[in-house]
Amino acid sequence: MSLFFIVALPFFGALLPGLMNSAGRAACAGVTFTVSLAAFIGLLTNLPSVLAGEVVMARVEWMPSLGLNFTLMLDGLGFFFALLILGIGLLIIAYARHYLSREDNMGEFFTYLLLFQGAMVGIVLSDNILLLLVFWELTSLSSFLLIGYWKHLPEGRQGARMALTVTGMGGLAMIGGMLILGQIVGSYDLSVILQNRDLIQANPLYVPALILILLGCFTKSAQFPFHFWLPHAMAAPTPVSAYLHSATMVKAGIFLMARMWPVLSGTPEWFMIVTTAGLVTMVLGAVIALFKHDLKALLAFSTVSHLGLITMLLGTGTAFGAMAATFHILNHATFKAALFMSAGIIDHEAHTRDIRRLGGLRTLMPVTFVIATLAALSMAGIPLLNGFLSKEMMLEEANHTVLFGVPWLVPALATFGSLFSAAYCFRLIGHVFLGPVRDDYPAKPHDPGAGLWMPPGILVLLVVVIGVAPFLAEPFVKLVTASVLGGEAEVPKSYFKIWHGLVPALFMSIIAVVGGLLMLAIFNPALRLWENTPRPEAKRIFDAIVETSVRLARQLILPLHNGAFSRYAAIGSIAIIAAGFHAWTTGTVGAPTRDVQAAGLVAIAGWLMLVAATVGMVFMHRNRLLSLILIGIVGLMVSIGFVFFSAPDLAMTQFTVEVVTIILLLLALNFLPNRTPVESSVLRRVRDVGVAVAGGLATFVLAYYYLLRDAVGTPISEFHLANSYKGGGGTNVVNVILVDFRGFDTYGEIIVLGIAALLIYALTETLLNGPVRARLLNRKPDQVRAGDTHPMMMVVLTRVIMPVVLMVGFYIFLRGHNEPGGGFIAGLIVSIGVVMQYMASGFAWTSARLKYPYHGVIGAGVLIAGLTGIGSWFVGKPFLTSDFTYVRIPPFEKFELATAALFDVGVFLAVVGAVMLSLESFSRLARTAYTEESEHAMDIDPSRDDPPPGGAGLAKEVV
Amino acid sequence: MELLVASAIGIMTAGGLYLVLRLRTFPVILGISLLTYAVNVFLFGSGRLTVGAPPILRDDVTAYTDPLPQALVLTAIVISFGMTAVVVMIGLGAFLGSDDDHVDDQPDDADKKADGAS
Repeated sequence: MSLFFIVALPFFGALLPGLMNSAGRAACAGVTFTVSLAAFIGLLTNLPSVLAGEVVMARVEWMPSLGLNFTLMLDGLGFFFALLILGIGLLIIAYARHYLSREDNMGEFFTYLLLFQGAMVGIVLSDNILLLLVFWELTSLSSFLLIGYWKHLPEGRQGARMALTVTGMGGLAMIGGMLILGQIVGSYDLSVILQNRDLIQANPLYVPALILILLGCFTKSAQFPFHFWLPHAMAAPTPVSAYLHSATMVKAGIFLMARMWPVLSGTPEWFMIVTTAGLVTMVLGAVIALFKHDLKALLAFSTVSHLGLITMLLGTGTAFGAMAATFHILNHATFKAALFMSAGIIDHEAHTRDIRRLGGLRTLMPVTFVIATLAALSMAGIPLLNGFLSKEMMLEEANHTVLFGVPWLVPALATFGSLFSAAYCFRLIGHVFLGPVRDDYPAKPHDPGAGLWMPPGILVLLVVVIGVAPFLAEPFVKLVTASVLGGEAEVPKSYFKIWHGLVPALFMSIIAVVGGLLMLAIFNPALRLWENTPRPEAKRIFDAIVETSVRLARQLILPLHNGAFSRYAAIGSIAIIAAGFHAWTTGTVGAPTRDVQAAGLVAIAGWLMLVAATVGMVFMHRNRLLSLILIGIVGLMVSIGFVFFSAPDLAMTQFTVEVVTIILLLLALNFLPNRTPVESSVLRRVRDVGVAVAGGLATFVLAYYYLLRDAVGTPISEFHLANSYKGGGGTNVVNVILVDFRGFDTYGEIIVLGIAALLIYALTETLLNGPVRARLLNRKPDQVRAGDTHPMMMVVLTRVIMPVVLMVGFYIFLRGHNEPGGGFIAGLIVSIGVVMQYMASGFAWTSARLKYPYHGVIGAGVLIAGLTGIGSWFVGKPFLTSDFTYVRIPPFEKFELATAALFDVGVFLAVVGAVMLSLESFSRLARTAYTEESEHAMDIDPSRDDPPPGGAGLAKEVV
Repeated sequence: MELLVASAIGIMTAGGLYLVLRLRTFPVILGISLLTYAVNVFLFGSGRLTVGAPPILRDDVTAYTDPLPQALVLTAIVISFGMTAVVVMIGLGAFLGSDDDHVDDQPDDADKKADGAS
């Protein structure tokens, strides 16, 4: 099966559990299992090529310009990890089906699990490091969801947050490291990077890259000093813990270290950092684990310890170390997943995981006892079980490793760690299963159904088989080791054997096991000593760091973001001006290339009017109606300016938009107070004037400078001018650009316009159905209303003029392709015509005569434009390719038919709909507020002559 | 001529900025509208100023003004209407809901919220 399918299956499959949720728990788990199984089988179909030593590749160019390609690669190492992820994933799914209770939302759980699985498979199969980073972050996110699955538990939420913070920060560091690596090599493809060991290690940026990447690996794999998040992630349901902490999440860091081993390892820096961190983690985790009373916490710290062991082995940088690490990854995944699942069984059946409350379960839960004991003994390193073999190899390797120039340091610490490791395994067996049967279990423990013990049972079978017959696993482990080494070193010849003779590793092993038993014998005094030893609490430190950063962030943000819009606006303006000033002072400006054009009297007069209106607005803005009139003047002058500077289309658009905007603002002003009170202090106004003048000067200087200089490159407009008629069939280039060259832009814009109108409509609906409705109904107009609600002259005139307006609109629309005009302008003109009817004859009269709702008009417009675009697909052209032809129907002149005109119809309809829906929404507000509106448009308002007492009657009759 | 247009842009920007920094919704909305004019004219100016050469193809004319900024500004004008309408609606809704047309959070409101939360 193609690698794409293997990665994509879990992601697409993640849609299914949610859908199957209502079909029952078995169906939900079944579909999840099937998805995983399909991916698993797909992986196995690639086994022959991997065994033959080939590297299976799959490649799709995604963003080649960024070096980001969807490239997948399957070699021995990737196959090994994918096998663990999918194989153990299958067992976990079967286990979770029986583990989760009826209250748990199974669809949600399996959705997260599949997302996580997909992300993990993605990491191990990525050939592109940027792609790998994407999957890496996805595992952080999906594990966050999994750890926090029991949202009602505060520990779950805190644990999930902590895991996300730590692994997320590590991920960020790793992005930096990977980018450096990519820059050094000049490619982001792993297959290329892995070939460039000498280039990378000789580069001065090697050490920063190494540290950043290791930060990512160490946080993910819970290496000291980032080990603290893992035990807190134990608040997750046990299947999650078993999955995340045995085979997947925490192994991702290990995987990456193994993956990068050929290029990063072998230097003193790598050796010092990785070996030390691994060694410290291994010893620390083992010691803490022994004294944990929560079964899952004990297993969590033992995981930390074993991850440290693997890290240390990778850190040694020798081929034998890499092989031991690979073998231990396999062994650890099998026994640790089995142990976690056994812990889950005990929790499930006895309703407690506290070791102090357990004991004597041997006779009550014999099956669980056998499974857990075999797994624990393997973890302790007892012969005939797989843990023994890799532990032996670790001790052998430790024996040859010299750290800080002290030959006995690593072997001694490794033995010490193994001793504690053996001790906690024995404690797990002794304190949980052995001893007398108690009578105070929270629930009566008994063996669960096969659904719960089968999955760990299968894993323990592997533990025993590999332990008894290591030669079965040997070829596979050596194959994986070969791909870890990547040709940088020879795969060691040594065979996997139970008996190597009387080698130092055997004695170290015996010391560890015997010491572990002794440790258990003196457990109670040791525990007292441990509890009386002061030690830093990682969670408290973490919380303190988080709190400090939150406080610092608040101190920075709150003064800036205090809820005052005017403050943000001022800060934003000043920042933009400052950035522009910086660019201005550091950049260069060429000499003017254009001549200054002389300004005529008319131009100066227009400028004077514009400036006077603007200045007047600033000084008289407290009188709102006056400022509205003044802004109308500004708009008018801008339109005239457009005409003057050869932009007739713009002028028409600006002019018509001006009309509807002013109507809109008038409708709003209907409700708002008529005056703006004086509130700001003089100092504040001086500040605002300062900001305004600075901004004005900046835009003035910028505009002046570039108006006098030609563009540096050749504008693409030459192309538009040259092809407008030939390619687009129109002589109005602006219109052809809108409906043809940049039709997709226009299409997006009418959609945005439609959305804006729908938003306004939705807001109005909310207002009218909420508490505002009562306020509106009780509202009294603050000014005497016109007695003549529908002035007769206006009614007559608007009705007479309506066909003329429509005709003008139609004309403007039709000529648009060749003369100034087009869909936008025609739409605005027709809207104004309809608005005039509303204003003159009243809302009720006009609405009653409307056949189509405005939403429908917007929708029709967007649809027509879209369908026109899609039409070009049928002739095998890209979206929105236009075509035109000339037709002659006698006795008319020859005329042009263009698909662009159909598109323009869409634009026209969308504009009409959007403008009308906005204005109509505003007037519906007004209508609710004070309606005394008759259906007959030419009535005289009688209340003017005979005002009701107190004016309260106005709002009573609501239509 | 360039001086006139550039100074008009500058003056409209300054007026717009000043009004945007006011405390009530209506002047802020007008300020945004003024800024819109300034921005549109500024963008339009990126095609440089040409008098009497509209981009309507004619047989006997060879020099035209730059049509592309015009097309872009045309849609910008229409979109800015939509934006203004939405902003006005939000401002109006806020005013109708609270009888207050301040754009800033009022200090006493913030206190009330804090009291309610504690």
